[in-house]
Amino acid sequence: MKIFIEKDEKMMEKKFSGKIIVLLKSLDINPTSVLVVKNGSLVTEEDSVNDDDSIKILNVISGG
Amino acid sequence: MKCSKCSEKAVFLVPKFCKKHFIDYFEKKVFETIKKFSLVNPKEKIVVACSGGKDSTAVLYLLKKFHKKVVALAIDEGIFGYRNKTLIDLKKFCSKNNIELRIYSFEKEFGKTLDEMLKQKQHPCSVCGIFRRYLMNKYARGFGKIATGHNMDDESQAVLMNLMKGNVDLLWHSVPMTKKVGNFVQRIKPLYFCSEKEVAAYALLKGFEVSFNECLYIKDSFRNQVRDALNNYELENSGTKLNILKKHLLMLEKIKFETSFFQYCSVCDEPAKEDICKACQLIKSFK
Ligand SMILES: [Zn+2]
Ligand SMILES: [Zn+2]
Repeated sequence: MKIFIEKDEKMMEKKFSGKIIVLLKSLDINPTSVLVVKNGSLVTEEDSVNDDDSIKILNVISGG
Repeated sequence: MKCSKCSEKAVFLVPKFCKKHFIDYFEKKVFETIKKFSLVNPKEKIVVACSGGKDSTAVLYLLKKFHKKVVALAIDEGIFGYRNKTLIDLKKFCSKNNIELRIYSFEKEFGKTLDEMLKQKQHPCSVCGIFRRYLMNKYARGFGKIATGHNMDDESQAVLMNLMKGNVDLLWHSVPMTKKVGNFVQRIKPLYFCSEKEVAAYALLKGFEVSFNECLYIKDSFRNQVRDALNNYELENSGTKLNILKKHLLMLEKIKFETSFFQYCSVCDEPAKEDICKACQLIKSFK
């Protein structure tokens, strides 16, 4: 699965299938601080993803 | 995962709503904050302090929708690789939504960009903050109020930080509408009860072209610690940030309002803590 972490402008490849909340935990990301976009649409942390999906993790912290 | 109000797919978890119901919920919450705290009078024009980021863009959009009489004010500090990008987004947004935009730059007002000022070894956020506040106040005077994009996260962090540092008089800044003092322009915060995550989701769902980037200058590390602690606590105890703000407002009702001492700057006439205001002191140090 392709994961783009916006905060670090980092693109990574990871084998994962399951709930997004578990994925975030494995990446040490607090779900309160991000939005997750799956294949172009906003999804909740309770949604599931698999290896065919492309995921974007957007930081919600204000730019000031 | 279904929306709690219809059979569409949920896009947000707490509260569990689909796109349409989330947007309705968010806008209703902002409009209720504006009404409950009488943030705007029908006659006045509101200046929205804009950065091109999601929070101030949401405030600009919603005040335009709710109140109509708005003007966008942006400060170009001259942070290359950050502000020049966010200002492009803001210009596009304002022309698309038919909103007047005024941009004032550090370079034109003070003779130097922030990048240049810092070659003289001041802390970026404090220099930036002094000049931003100065210009906002100066150019918003004559309008009703200044609306800012401060959200529930910013405000609950500020309350905790000021409590920890013992800055009791600064607690009066963390309110939906600041009190009228001297010739300071009153601040209003329509997103006071909206979490950062909610604002980001709203901006994304509305298709606002805003960058989610942070300023390149390193942030106050104390704020980062407080933010992480609050986010960890919120994860285990949903509603923590809201509770902090509600109790904070309740406590303020019970104590007497005292503003810290200020006078007017002998150089520029803006409000100042000393004979010469911080902005004028800094300008003098550049010469
Ligand atoms: Zn719905
Ligand atoms: Zn001055």
